[in-house]
Amino acid sequence: MTRGGLQRQDARGVLEGVRATAATSDDELCRRLADDLDAGFAELVASYGSLVCTVAARATFGNEDAEDLAAEAFLRAYRALRGYDAARIRELRLRPWLVTIALNAARNARRAAIRRPRTDSLAVTGEPVATGRDVAELAEAADAAGELLARLAALPAKQRLAVVLRHVADLPVPEIAAVMACPEGTARSHVARGLAALRAAYGADRTSHAKPAGRGGQEPDR
Amino acid sequence: MNPLPAVPIEDQLAQLAGRPTRGFADRVVARVATVAGPTGPLHVAWTASGICAVEFASRLDAAAFAARVRERFGRPVLPADRPLPGLVAAARTGSARRLAFDLTGLTPFEVAVLEVTLSIPVGEIRPYGWVAEEIGRPRAVRAVGSALGRNPVPVLIPCHRVTRSDGSIGNYGGGPAMKEALLRAERVNLDEVAELAAAGVHYVGSTTTKIVCLPSCRHARQVAARNRRGFGDLREAGSAGYRPCEDCRPGLRRSA
Repeated sequence: MTRGGLQRQDARGVLEGVRATAATSDDELCRRLADDLDAGFAELVASYGSLVCTVAARATFGNEDAEDLAAEAFLRAYRALRGYDAARIRELRLRPWLVTIALNAARNARRAAIRRPRTDSLAVTGEPVATGRDVAELAEAADAAGELLARLAALPAKQRLAVVLRHVADLPVPEIAAVMACPEGTARSHVARGLAALRAAYGADRTSHAKPAGRGGQEPDR
Repeated sequence: MNPLPAVPIEDQLAQLAGRPTRGFADRVVARVATVAGPTGPLHVAWTASGICAVEFASRLDAAAFAARVRERFGRPVLPADRPLPGLVAAARTGSARRLAFDLTGLTPFEVAVLEVTLSIPVGEIRPYGWVAEEIGRPRAVRAVGSALGRNPVPVLIPCHRVTRSDGSIGNYGGGPAMKEALLRAERVNLDEVAELAAAGVHYVGSTTTKIVCLPSCRHARQVAARNRRGFGDLREAGSAGYRPCEDCRPGLRRSA
């Protein structure tokens, strides 16, 4: 059985295929959720655990355990589904819906953390996580992932979100637009600007712009 | 200053994708299983944090139990592939002290009552007032009774081992008959305790060790009949030179 679009395939050129797979899988998942919410939900967690954990890890800014947040997001999703009728469940666009819930959960967790600052040590799990505050420190990390996270953290919020959703979480542009509540063109442009800014930060050279047509949309001039 | 990374930025970004650790699903989904208990099958539910609900299969069918858990915890509830490690042995022996419990939604007072109750050994009973003293709320005897009545994980947290100090068995969520059956299944000396209580004896001392126990304490039950001495209260025992048992920890009994 296909577990959604999350296994990383080498996506260049097969993007349409990935989308098609994800779409069938989502329809199927929605049908199972509508038939048997609990059993369907376990499949939803199996299919989209990686997606929600990825979004959570990129949205927690090191202040929360990303898996706690992901679990919280799934529980919110379940509680919402319990109030939906079968027709509404069948029409859900699962991925943007889940991502939106995860982002809201992260926002609430962040607000709660501000109201009640943690006194214990941060639950950092060894994985470098972007934090807007110590960009410089992270940038100094020899680790390339750490540097990339620091670069990401330095992006404007919308570009960062768009880049994370497109290139880390592997969401197609229409779903990113749904999450960001903006037109697809705008979402595509946030992705492109964010990528361009990342490249510029690495000391852009022309060759890095030579990429296959049809991916990433129009490049802004920078 | 930074050299262009050899790997395209899109591929580097893709490397940042997270993957949940094993068992992530159990942080969302509650599992249920039906296992053999001391007096019959028990439905048991648990989350990643621990056991969260127990019910006698004779009182509720599996589907109704699952529905109740779903309602109370707002989680999907699914049958477990295999029982939680340690659960089968704990349900059979009545000793669940090594298992974790998820007591989400209970008040700190209720949690304190249940934690103390979990420490009562198989085959022994304690008065409600004893629990109240153990949690440092000696006057809250009635509240202890209410908290035990709301125990979401009966049998495994053995609220059936808390009884009235007058020797009667007291209330139970599953009914007094179920409480008595559970206590007899683990060979509590119920009849002896009741007889002693009727005679005004609430503590049993050993004339050789000069230690005084609750009458169901395993140490008290080992004292030979000729060496036993009963007491109505601890002050009496204290002035006779007896010290309280460190295992059953008889406290100062409230005036009934």
